[in-house]
Amino acid sequence: MALLEIKNLHVEIDGKEILKGLDLAVNAGEVHAIMGPNGSGKSTLAYVLAGKKDYEPTAGEVLFNGKNLFAMEPDERAAAGFFLAFQYPLEIPGVATMTFLRTALNAQRKKRGEAELLTPEFLKKVREVAKRLGIDQEMLRRAVNVGFSGGEKKRNEILQMALLEPRLAVLDETDSGLDIDALKIVADGVNRLRSKERAFVVITHYQRLLNYIVPDVVHVLSRGRVVKTGGKELALELEARGYAEYQEEVAA
Amino acid sequence: MNALAEVTVMKTAAETALAQAFAQARSRLPGSDAVAAQRAAAFDLFAREGLPHRRVEDWKYTDLRALMREAKPLASPPDAAAKARAKTAGTLIGDVESRRLVFVDGAFVPELSDIAALEPGLAVGSLAAALSANDAALAAHLGKLAPASDVAVALNTALMGDGAVIRIAAGSTIERPLHLLFVASGKPAATFVRSLLVVERGARAMLIESHEGPPGSDYQVNAALELFAGDEAHVDHVKIIGEGADALHVSTLAAAIGARARFNTFTFTVGGAVVRNQLFLNFDGEDTVAGVRGATLIKGRQHADTTLVANHIARGCQSREVFKTVLDGEAHGVFQGRIIVKPGAQKTDAKMMTRALLLSERAEADNKPELEIFADDVQCGHGATAGALDEELKFYLMARGIPAAEAEALLIHAFLGEAIEGIEHAGLREVLMEAVVAWLKVRGS
Repeated sequence: MALLEIKNLHVEIDGKEILKGLDLAVNAGEVHAIMGPNGSGKSTLAYVLAGKKDYEPTAGEVLFNGKNLFAMEPDERAAAGFFLAFQYPLEIPGVATMTFLRTALNAQRKKRGEAELLTPEFLKKVREVAKRLGIDQEMLRRAVNVGFSGGEKKRNEILQMALLEPRLAVLDETDSGLDIDALKIVADGVNRLRSKERAFVVITHYQRLLNYIVPDVVHVLSRGRVVKTGGKELALELEARGYAEYQEEVAA
Repeated sequence: MNALAEVTVMKTAAETALAQAFAQARSRLPGSDAVAAQRAAAFDLFAREGLPHRRVEDWKYTDLRALMREAKPLASPPDAAAKARAKTAGTLIGDVESRRLVFVDGAFVPELSDIAALEPGLAVGSLAAALSANDAALAAHLGKLAPASDVAVALNTALMGDGAVIRIAAGSTIERPLHLLFVASGKPAATFVRSLLVVERGARAMLIESHEGPPGSDYQVNAALELFAGDEAHVDHVKIIGEGADALHVSTLAAAIGARARFNTFTFTVGGAVVRNQLFLNFDGEDTVAGVRGATLIKGRQHADTTLVANHIARGCQSREVFKTVLDGEAHGVFQGRIIVKPGAQKTDAKMMTRALLLSERAEADNKPELEIFADDVQCGHGATAGALDEELKFYLMARGIPAAEAEALLIHAFLGEAIEGIEHAGLREVLMEAVVAWLKVRGS
């Protein structure tokens, strides 16, 4: 059984169809990359999987671990092991980062019937992971993402992912706005989490990230559908030739 | 016929009852002839103006004439049962260590209060006692601050029965907060309490003022505090309006602040059916720094009005006003904030912000910020917003596994936190944040 199975997914926003019959299957242990031009529906896919309001599935189905994903609220999806690293992480003034992390982690554990993590253990874990991601202790005391640079916000997403240990992590253009050093740190954070039980869907515009997070499968998304699937070389081809031919293919 | 004949306005039942109450009580209310004259003059003002109604600009959102169906009879002195019940009052403050002065139904109860072993520089007493003794210091301050033209203040001056009179001598620091605990027994009566706090030059003190009572009683409270802060004084004031769910509460803070002083006042409003909280702050001395903040949480059909006038008379003062209101059900929240900068108040730096968070379709928030600026070298600004919870933020929290109700609570907590974190006393900050959590829990159920 695939960890994530997307069959013929159609999604509308405000009555406009963005995903037009998307198919995708991701098995545990795999890293899939999804590439495509602007407007192809990459972020729409990320958001509809996470459960954002206004992203309406109108046809098709998504099974996560064999269960209907759309029957679950966003927090239930998270507890079931789904994680989305946002392209534009939000600032939450007044909510301390530590509080946010602990509340999220314990809410998920509670839903899964696991014991809540005790504060000393939790703090230790956070410090370890933060250190590796180059996130200052002082930043963790501040409100979530407030005063963080774009790169710091992205690293904070990876910190959350490392703490929440999801089964499936979707990274929505995590590389946008990152310089090479930040990119390497983020990639390292992701690679450390690779395991037989876990899968990643890396949504990216540029091939560069995939030098560091080497995918097993690459898909090309165009006008709301997967139009080609291949190995990691496909990413290099795209970089060389661009998306133009895939735009035409769909039209034909 | 006299073309300038006065129009006799129809008096409401409440206005008539108040006139009767004053007529009956005036001879036994404490104070010298001079005080009696003050009372009479104040009552005359009320008799001429009547209860404020919505065509009085400052009361446009709180039509007291319509909201006060009746005026309750003046409260009689508390009996043993009422005093006994008051023993367990003040629980919202929790473990915050303070020196308590307890008032039940507006009367000072020494046996429930902590007035022994006063710190050097601290003088504490009851208003009733000070009036009866013709205390000169009291006479010198009483009525000097609270705006005489305000009808709520006028009623308070006319009918004031008791209150606290506190003086902190120059240079003294009183570490232990003073807590004026006003408890209503629940008898359907009216209390008029008037207090005075004088913090002399260079002195430092913290005053907690809390008002509470049981639900199910439409008792009425009119409270006023005149606060004088001398040059270089440091005063922290926290007021908690936790009246019973059916009570009417009108209270006034009138403060005059000297030069190079630090002044903070915070009001936490959760109780009462109808609340009008007014603050009149006069910045008389230069280079003072002030924080004026509040958090209001209302639901059901509660009505809470905070009206503030920050009057910059001297130069170089900095005032920051931050008010946050959370509304649920059909609650009605009002914030009126006026910053006045007089011609001589150059280099004034005054910023006001009021934010309302509406959790339901039928709640209503009215924000009226005003700036009257007569000096030309100042920095003044105001911002007012009213809106619902940010759905994007809520989604972000839920996407991390936090269920909807908890996500909302976290965001509301954060929203109010900005105002509450302005309180310098860490224990009180914690206590009030816990009160927010408790309010949210009830909401979720």
